Amino acid sequence: MQWETVIGLEVHVQLATRSKIFSGASTAFGADANTQACAVDLGLPGTLPVLNEQAVAMAVQFGLGINADIAETSVFDRKNYFYADLPKGYQTSQMYHPIVGPGEVEVSLDNDVTKRIRIHHAHLEEDAGKSLHEQFTDETGRDMTGIDLNRAGTPLLEIVSEPDMRSAKEASAYLRAIHAIVTYLGISDGNMAEGSMRCDVNVSVRPKGQAEFGTRAEIKNVNSFRFVEQSIAYEVERQIELIEDGGAVVQETRLFDPDNDETRSMRTKEEANDYRYFPCPDLLPIVLDQAYIDHLRDNLPELPAAKRERFESKLGLSTYDASVIAASRDMADYFEEAMRVCGDAKQAANWVQGELSAALKREHLAVSQSPVSARQLGELIGRVLDDTISGKAAKQVFQALWDGQGENADEIIDTKGLKQVTDTGAIEAMIDEVIAQSPKQVTQYVEAEPEKRGKMIGYFVGQVMKTSRGTASPQQVNQLLKEKLDALV
Amino acid sequence: MALEQTHVRRAAHLARLDISDDQASGFVDDLSQILDMVDQLQSVDTEGVAPLLHPLDATQRLRADEVTEPNQRESFQRCAPAVDDGLYLVPRVVE
Amino acid sequence: MSDHTLTSLAAALKNGDASSRELTTDYLKRIERAEPTLNSFISVTAEQALASADAADKSRARGHAGYLTGVPLALKDIFCTQGVKTSCGSKMLDNFIAPYSATVVEKLDAAGSVSLGKTNMDEFAMGSSNESSYYGAVKNPWDLSAVPGGSSGGSAAAVAAGLAPASLGTDTGGSIRQPAAFCGITGLKPTYGRVSRYGIIAYASSLDQAGPMARTAEDCAHLLSAIAGHDVRDSTSAARCVPDYASELGAPLAGLKIGLPREYFGDGLAPAVESAVRDAVKVFETLGATVCDVSLPHTRYANAAYYVIAPAEASSNLSRFDGVRFGHRCDDPEDLLDLYMRSRAEGFGEEVKRRILIGTHTLSEGFFDAYYTKAQRVRRLIRQDFLDAFDEVDVLMGPASPTPAFDLGAQKDPVSMYLQDIYTIAINLAGIPGISVPAGFSGGRPVGLQILGSHFAEAQLLNVAHQYQQVTDWHQQRPAFAKEID
Repeated sequence: MQWETVIGLEVHVQLATRSKIFSGASTAFGADANTQACAVDLGLPGTLPVLNEQAVAMAVQFGLGINADIAETSVFDRKNYFYADLPKGYQTSQMYHPIVGPGEVEVSLDNDVTKRIRIHHAHLEEDAGKSLHEQFTDETGRDMTGIDLNRAGTPLLEIVSEPDMRSAKEASAYLRAIHAIVTYLGISDGNMAEGSMRCDVNVSVRPKGQAEFGTRAEIKNVNSFRFVEQSIAYEVERQIELIEDGGAVVQETRLFDPDNDETRSMRTKEEANDYRYFPCPDLLPIVLDQAYIDHLRDNLPELPAAKRERFESKLGLSTYDASVIAASRDMADYFEEAMRVCGDAKQAANWVQGELSAALKREHLAVSQSPVSARQLGELIGRVLDDTISGKAAKQVFQALWDGQGENADEIIDTKGLKQVTDTGAIEAMIDEVIAQSPKQVTQYVEAEPEKRGKMIGYFVGQVMKTSRGTASPQQVNQLLKEKLDALV
Repeated sequence: MALEQTHVRRAAHLARLDISDDQASGFVDDLSQILDMVDQLQSVDTEGVAPLLHPLDATQRLRADEVTEPNQRESFQRCAPAVDDGLYLVPRVVE
Repeated sequence: MSDHTLTSLAAALKNGDASSRELTTDYLKRIERAEPTLNSFISVTAEQALASADAADKSRARGHAGYLTGVPLALKDIFCTQGVKTSCGSKMLDNFIAPYSATVVEKLDAAGSVSLGKTNMDEFAMGSSNESSYYGAVKNPWDLSAVPGGSSGGSAAAVAAGLAPASLGTDTGGSIRQPAAFCGITGLKPTYGRVSRYGIIAYASSLDQAGPMARTAEDCAHLLSAIAGHDVRDSTSAARCVPDYASELGAPLAGLKIGLPREYFGDGLAPAVESAVRDAVKVFETLGATVCDVSLPHTRYANAAYYVIAPAEASSNLSRFDGVRFGHRCDDPEDLLDLYMRSRAEGFGEEVKRRILIGTHTLSEGFFDAYYTKAQRVRRLIRQDFLDAFDEVDVLMGPASPTPAFDLGAQKDPVSMYLQDIYTIAINLAGIPGISVPAGFSGGRPVGLQILGSHFAEAQLLNVAHQYQQVTDWHQQRPAFAKEID
């Protein structure tokens, strides 16, 4: 039987506010346990929430970024359940009236294909704290879990997609698209390793052609692009095998175990949770007027899809280069700055996609951490374009900049003496020297069939470049060598 | 809507209240009486009436995104039943 | 001492006829004499009180004194008070020393008043008799076999017995007005949002409101001016300026239109209470007011709506008491579930559990719309009744409670206890202000007249009550118990 996979994602994005969604405590990452948990975050008796305007603005910006309806009135609800890292016994969320209504994102797949994934809604909510299962014991020696509530109250935007994805690849492409949008908007740092973006994956399978969905399993808390693909791949295989063996998928929550590359059922006592959602009486309806929304819309940055389109149509980049560079705001900004400095989009794209990306990958750095700034790279490209240095020398300069050996390309070109020699007399002198020192090769050249001489000239070019320590203009060397050698024939 | 012991047991579990069987049957009686009173609501015609959450028709005010709360861990943890190294302790949670 | 009003003490302090230390010392002595009998305080903070009194005297000597500087007060034990046990009448918080102060406590501190201590109350403000307190019942100073009302029973009894000139209470379904009526004092529940709820341990967030309890409307006016106002920490507090309520007490009542809701004079109203209320209304007529009947047809559903909404909010509000970060924790929990189940079972009393269970049940799947959403719809109808009535009349008048204070232990089942609040509950659902003023006696127990106004009409309510107190002396009566401890 042919199976079709159906996937929906719930992505939790930590919003990059300074303070928490309902309190004035800091959201900075990495502080000592519970030093950023204020009275409100701890749920001390009598404390009350007050909504952070920036969290609202960021949610609206996201909504505008996916062309969604922004709710004129949205309401916070309480989701009631007990858990050790949930201080109030409820999570303040938006169940019935979310701030962002239906929208859609365009994702790029391989082979330059794009697909639209619909977003059901996005809502604001507060994050919970963290449970630490280290070596804590009570006075009787019993094992204990430590609770750190620094993260409690960090604003989250939960983005709920429609079940529009049909493969693990599509799911990870969608996640990348969301990542690109939130980082472009600057509403999240998108740092998945620190948990700034986490997602729950809903997976089901159905026979190809069947209209209704199969029973889905929810894989909780998947926190990397790769794990999204791996967990879906495993889960799809598990479900198909189960059904083909005559079994049935049960609706349940599963955990992805990256070490064993499998999903596992979470051991829940079979109590269907009943969250008893009801409107939070401590908060009032959020009412947004059109002028406010328009103001945010007018100040929206260019988003990945628009940027990709502009790179292609206005700058003439290939579809591939445009989509890879536009996928990350940092990369796109870097590229545009390098291009502005050197004035050549294609060259800038080649360097960013080539030398720069390779170096970053080799050293596991993000583009924002690149030792070579966009301006430095732009200036370097400029020196190639104006024939100051050869392409080969440029790579040396790049490496030197990377290693911090100089402030800018010109300085390195100077100190290393890499300036391209274009003085014909000087080059001719070097050629004469090489010819004088290579009688055997000269004889071979002279005696060779004319059509083979083209290849043989390479040796002489190499020697001349070596003599010039790479500074001679290769075009000139080629031309002059040919003239001189052919004169000997 | 008649209330049964299973309802009370379920509510007690959701609310994390340990109650004995004796208590549970006492609560069934009490809660049934209360729900009988509450059931008067069903005789009110509320067709077209929107639920009222707050007595005033006010809307949410927003606070500026500023860090205003200093670290008060020591003071806040003075009333905590069990802490170690700045963390609140609970019996080991298995995930 | 028991004769003094807040206004008279403020004058004495201002004129230099008394120091705050003298007043504070006197009240602490009265508390010491009365408490073994009355049980109106959970904590008496003598040391802090004397220190604040001295500080108040010093700042007065330097010429920095406001109206309340040096005036002793008592606070219901629901207001978080930094460094002081704040129990909310519950075993759950018997060990809770609040690490911060409620906004109203900060405001009173800034005004220089002196807190004598924290008064007894029904556990988590759930009750109408003060019998659900973990710290035992409070007795009514007028009749020691009677309840003081609830949930602000300790605050009411303390003022009636002259253990404090005034106090702060909270009112979710009648918890200021009913005990004020039972104890023969004046108690105001302000408009929802008039006073910040920050730092007040929540019972039902959309209904809770703090207010003054004192001997006179004038005292209440001074206290309300001190505690009212917008608070950036409470999203539901109203962004409106606060009038100087005391300065608006001089308006004559000629032409005042009084409505008498038919539904407040029906079955279950004790004849003696009804005649006291009708006599009071006659007094207003002699002051130039006109009276007509009005109808609040949905009032009869107020209790039903309240006992869905309040327990629903409470069930969620009380989830934070889980034995993890503060409050009672059971011994030797086996696991996290056991920690929750036993800590909460041990920490909460019967009535609190009852309301948590009702609230949890009505919010749960399959019941939510039939109960909660329905109750919120009915709530809108109840509010609309009041809005319609205030199109016709200026204020509404009726009894604060169907009977005078009942005997301790008299109300055996929960529903009959809940019916004690039949005249006060709708007011919280509608969010309007209401004041209870002493208006007579029945069998030696006080009777309260309740006056209701439209949203934010506190100034008018206080003036109406004040004018009544200029021509009557019910509020000046003192219980024998108060004289015994003079």
